[in-house]
Amino acid sequence: MKRRKMYVRMVMASLLRRRSRMIIALLAISIGAMILSGLVTIYYDVPRQMGQQFRSYGANMILTAEGETITPEQVEQTIALIPEDKLVGAAAYRYQTVRINDRPVMACAADLEQVQKTSPFWLVEGEWPSQEGQLMAGKNIARTFNLKEGKRTTCTFAPEAQTEASGSETEEIIPDNWTDFTVTGILDTGGKEEDYVYMLPPDMEKLTGLPTEYDVCELSVSANSDQLSELAEQISTQVEGITARLVKRVTQSEDTVLTKLQSLVLLVTVVVLALTMICVATTMTAVVAERRKEIGLRKALGASNESIIAEFMGEGIVLGAFGGLLGGLLGFAFAQVVSRNVFNSSIRLMPWLIPVTILASVVVTGIACLIPIRSATQIDPALVLKGE
Amino acid sequence: MSLLELKNVSKVYGSLHALDHVNLTVEKGEWLAIMGPSGSGKSTMMNIIGALDKATEGEILLDGEDISKKNAKALTDIRRDKIGLIFQQFHLVSYLTAVENVMLAQYYHSVPDEKEALEALERVGLSDRAHHYPSQLSGGEQQRVCVARALINYPEIILADEPTGNLDEANEEIVVELFRKLHLEGTTLVVVTHNPEVAEVAQRTVVLRNGRVDHETINENFTGKIKHITLQ
Repeated sequence: MKRRKMYVRMVMASLLRRRSRMIIALLAISIGAMILSGLVTIYYDVPRQMGQQFRSYGANMILTAEGETITPEQVEQTIALIPEDKLVGAAAYRYQTVRINDRPVMACAADLEQVQKTSPFWLVEGEWPSQEGQLMAGKNIARTFNLKEGKRTTCTFAPEAQTEASGSETEEIIPDNWTDFTVTGILDTGGKEEDYVYMLPPDMEKLTGLPTEYDVCELSVSANSDQLSELAEQISTQVEGITARLVKRVTQSEDTVLTKLQSLVLLVTVVVLALTMICVATTMTAVVAERRKEIGLRKALGASNESIIAEFMGEGIVLGAFGGLLGGLLGFAFAQVVSRNVFNSSIRLMPWLIPVTILASVVVTGIACLIPIRSATQIDPALVLKGE
Repeated sequence: MSLLELKNVSKVYGSLHALDHVNLTVEKGEWLAIMGPSGSGKSTMMNIIGALDKATEGEILLDGEDISKKNAKALTDIRRDKIGLIFQQFHLVSYLTAVENVMLAQYYHSVPDEKEALEALERVGLSDRAHHYPSQLSGGEQQRVCVARALINYPEIILADEPTGNLDEANEEIVVELFRKLHLEGTTLVVVTHNPEVAEVAQRTVVLRNGRVDHETINENFTGKIKHITLQ
């Protein structure tokens, strides 16, 4: 039999035939590895989870035209540059002054399905317009014109109206075009959005007779500020006539919260690692203490210190590897529970984390074993064999 | 040349002289018994001869080599290569089987050989108990495993510390018979014992008292013949 085979046989026999003590050690390592693996999973998934949460606070990138307007083609080119899994929504807006009951009102045309994605905090009483001929009124406009869900109203458009809307006086306004709308919902945001009416771009095109073009485009992208800056730079460079800017109020808040949250998770991870090491070191010290006679015997039989170190370290490494594997799997379950309870969403399994947890567990166990092993090598065989 | 020679060996613990200028010679192939009351220095002498402890002063020549000045690592090598130890409390590793316990000594010495370990167990009459754990063996069987482990590496000398101290009469006889066999095969034996019946079967008995050699007796009736005891 080769020495290596006997070594493996001894290490495994020690682990398997002294189950009660080893189960305690394995549990200590597994729990440490589980929390470590779980926290690392959360650490890496927090930006994604929080990114999704932050997206409910609105767009974090604005596209403006270098010329007068943004064309639908420019919007499509921009969207093509953003990774599909990162784009939450892209809503382009066209503003025109129209008239309701002969009074000027700012009308906004947009793909309202996208608006719901970029501005999920908009609260609509009723329904969002989903087809042509439907209108959503801001709360203030609804109050002014007594608009209610289901009520019909007529919007007119005249180029002169723009003069009126900007505050100048005109004596007589001749409507060039008009469209009947059914009010489907009243928008309540608590902001300036309540002063507008909203319609779909084809209605605006029909009402104004102007081709669909946009004044501004809002993007909601799930990414950190560095990635967003890079993306903005890329868009500005690659899409002609477009300037992309970050909504710094949103991106900086995201960064600050994320950094603090990740620092907290990192700190807890380090504390858990230290506690695991102490726990394993304590268990291994107890193992060495109860095996003093055995170690003394081995030394009496001619075991070198290197042999004693190799045997105990072997046990530590096997324990660390199994504890790491068990902890890595349990850690994913732990992270899943935390994620579902805190973020209401599932967490992604990171397969690379299992070998990393095993490795970390082996290293931590190895370090934790150093002091007990050192004390094992200092055991005097003569004293032990006398039963002292 | 003597196999083992102690020249003026002393071991002092604080003000206690556990061994006090002891001189002793053991010839190759000799069977020596060391006796004495408790505290006479038997165990101390055993530890020093067995390279488990160092003398405070004096020379210990084992196979012509002075081991008294050796460091811990060199003493480990000497224990591994030249000495077989048998203990009163057997000291078997509880989670290894009988054959694995024998192979443990091979593992530290050279290369574990299960076949050879099984043969050693057969010599002590335990071939059918080779795969039992110590807890499944009687005291006598455990001591026989200990004997098999001590002789597996063909040591220069076998040191037995109260080898029958924990055994009943029947097992005591079996172990003594094993010693007879080993002696006939040319093994040098040093047996520390309280038991006069174990001592009187040796070739020579040294009696220690207060850390000194009090007297020596030669067993004139020593035959070395093996009684026919069935090892079970």
